[in-house]
Amino acid sequence: MQEVLEEYLRQDMMPHMWCAGCGNGIVLHSLIRALHDLALEKEKVVVVAGIGCAGRAAGYLNLDTLHSTHGRALAFATGVKLANPDLTVVVLMGDGDATAIGGNHLIHAARRDIDLTAIVFNNSIYGMTGGQQSPLTPQKSIATTAPGGTTQRPFDLPQLARGAGAGFVGRSTTFHHQLMTRLIGDGITHPGFALVEAITYCPTAFGRQNKMGSPVEGLRWQRDHFVEINKFLSLPEEDKKGKEPMGQFHPAKGPAWPH
Amino acid sequence: MSGAVVDVDEKRCKGCGICLTLCPRRVFNPDERGKVKVSRPERCTGCLICDNLCPDLAITVHRAKEGREGGRVRPPAV
Repeated sequence: MQEVLEEYLRQDMMPHMWCAGCGNGIVLHSLIRALHDLALEKEKVVVVAGIGCAGRAAGYLNLDTLHSTHGRALAFATGVKLANPDLTVVVLMGDGDATAIGGNHLIHAARRDIDLTAIVFNNSIYGMTGGQQSPLTPQKSIATTAPGGTTQRPFDLPQLARGAGAGFVGRSTTFHHQLMTRLIGDGITHPGFALVEAITYCPTAFGRQNKMGSPVEGLRWQRDHFVEINKFLSLPEEDKKGKEPMGQFHPAKGPAWPH
Repeated sequence: MSGAVVDVDEKRCKGCGICLTLCPRRVFNPDERGKVKVSRPERCTGCLICDNLCPDLAITVHRAKEGREGGRVRPPAV
C-alpha cells in the first residue's frame, strides 16, 4: 500500500516546495487517499490548479494535471469537462485564488452546476506573496495589508457556494483528515458541482503574524475550533462562540440538469 | 510487542515537529539537523497520526505482522 501513495506522486518533484509544517501536504494526502478509495482509472482523472501555494499541488500528482492562470482554474476545468465529459475533473485552488481573483468564476461554476469538484485550500492568507489578507482571512487577524487586524468579515465559503447553486458543499480541516478524505470522495462522486473547503494552517505567513505558533499549535487550533455541523447545531448559543461548523452542510441536491 | 513498523523518508522531512509532538508513544526524536528519526521503533502501535498528518508525506507506517512487505496500515473509514 506504500506504493499506492507513491504511485500518485511525481517522484522527481519531491520533496515539495511547501514550508515545513504547511497543511497543504496533508490535503494532498487526503486527496490521494480519496482518489485511491474511489478506484478511478488514472487516465480518466484530470486535476486543474490555479496559482499560489495551493496551485502547486497539481504539479506533485502523477495524473493528467493542468496548472492554469490565477483565479481561472474553474474556467479551464469547465472547458476540460465539456470537451470530454467522461473525465473526472478535480480543481485545486487557494482561498484568494478561488474567492478573490476567481470569485466570479467560482459563483458561476456553482450556478452552472457542471460536474466539477473544487477543493479550496483555505490557509486564511496569501502565503506565496507574503501574507496579504484574503477574503477568507478571519476578522481581526493580522496580515501584511492589515497590520492592525482586518476589520472585514470573511466569506462563509460553503454557504456562498451553496447560495450560488452548488449541489454539494463541505468543510474540513487538516486535523480532521478522515472527514476531509470522505468529503473529497463524496464530492467527486456527486454528479454536479461540489465544493470542499479544506482549512489548512500556514505557519509562515499567517501563523507568524498572528502569533499562533508552530504547525502543531495550528493543528490544535483546528481541533479545538471546528465542530461537526450536527454537534455544532445542538450546542447552546453561548458555547457556539469561537467555534465554527465543519462537515457536509446540506444534503446533496441533484445536478441542475442531466449529466 | 509493537504493532507496526514506521519509516521516515529523510529526504522529504523538513523537521516541522508535528510527528514529534503528536506521537502518543514518543517514537521519534530529532537528529542534529532538526529532522526526525525513529529512535524507539518498538513502541509504535500503528495509530497512524504521524502518517496521516505528515505534511511532507515522509512517514509510512507498515503492519508489523508482515513487516514492510505487508503493506501500509490504512485508516478506518469514517
